[in-house]
Amino acid sequence: MKNRLRRTMMFLNAQKASLVKDAYVYKPDSIIFDLEDAVAQTQKDSARIALYNALKSIDYKGIELVVRINGLDTPHFKEDIRAAVAGGIHTVRVPKTETPEDVLAAEKEIEKAEKEFGVPIGQTLMMAAIETPLGVMKAYELAKSSERLMGISFGAGDYVRTMRTTRSAEGVELLGARTQVVIAARAAGIMCFDTVYLDVDNMEGFASEVRLIKQLGFDGKSIISPKQIPITHQIFAPTQAEIAKAEKTIRAIDEYAKDGIGVFTVEGQMIDIAMLEGAKRTIELAKASGIYEGDLS
Amino acid sequence: MLLKKNAIAGTLESSDVQITIEPSHEGIELFISSSVMNLYGKQIKATVLHTLERLGVESARVTVVDKGAVDCTIKARVECAVFRAAEIKENLPWGVRM
Repeated sequence: MKNRLRRTMMFLNAQKASLVKDAYVYKPDSIIFDLEDAVAQTQKDSARIALYNALKSIDYKGIELVVRINGLDTPHFKEDIRAAVAGGIHTVRVPKTETPEDVLAAEKEIEKAEKEFGVPIGQTLMMAAIETPLGVMKAYELAKSSERLMGISFGAGDYVRTMRTTRSAEGVELLGARTQVVIAARAAGIMCFDTVYLDVDNMEGFASEVRLIKQLGFDGKSIISPKQIPITHQIFAPTQAEIAKAEKTIRAIDEYAKDGIGVFTVEGQMIDIAMLEGAKRTIELAKASGIYEGDLS
Repeated sequence: MLLKKNAIAGTLESSDVQITIEPSHEGIELFISSSVMNLYGKQIKATVLHTLERLGVESARVTVVDKGAVDCTIKARVECAVFRAAEIKENLPWGVRM
């Protein structure tokens, strides 16, 4: 499903049996099985086989299943894609994309695997990770490069290294890239996800970063610890005031549309049809967060 | 499947299983130790033998050290050990014999 809730995308090492077997209990919106950085070079084959068997055997209770494959410059990525597609993965995350050709190279292998394993062509979605200055500069081209792309994701680790800087608590060094990546995603009509927060014991700093990226317009955040999930969902949940406003907007637009009126005021606030999509998204988020008590379907 | 060398897969971490496989000409010789042997010993044996059969391994000495792995982990580690022993690194038969 191209459009779905993706507030939290939890990375886990596909080679670690204890993590793979019951990661669904933490209820992230997506699980990212990592075959790349978390897995030692000598264990790439083992992680790939573990991923395939987990996909075939474990009921992940409707959570989106994503695989982070190894880079396109490694000997591993083609077999990563074969294993994941054969197992029925939902989405392939391609690391370190810098040009549309990178996305298309991965897409070609995904399509080959879909044909080989009898998966409907086009069923497997993709997300492109942007982790370098060149990737940031090309973000819009990347976001538009394939119909399979459900989103782009910003990765800060390699980005700060190649920018010759380091991550700070305030994240000022990431502001330009984050802004450019989220604008590119919105312009291309796809989703956008933020990088990981590495200090898993600093929940205050984490919450502050989640508030920042939500305000910038991101759809969700990459997660490295189950501890980071509830707080992210809480921050992404709309407030009761936002829910009430969204309900009024939807009802008013429905009502005025019958009389052919597109712009009007409700309680002194101008409302127009362009606000409908945002209002509907607020209600969907409220439902997903388990806090909606209204009757809008 | 022809096994060319000894191979190991998996770890001794909790929820994992370590499989050691050695080529032989004596049929399948299976040695299992598990922290949950009384409860799941038969199931572990069945999973290992079934996985070897699907991969066409007819003769090997297999040692299993189980730390509470679920079925799909046992299957994954046996498959990994077999492919390593057969020196097969790519074009694995996903979806066919796995």
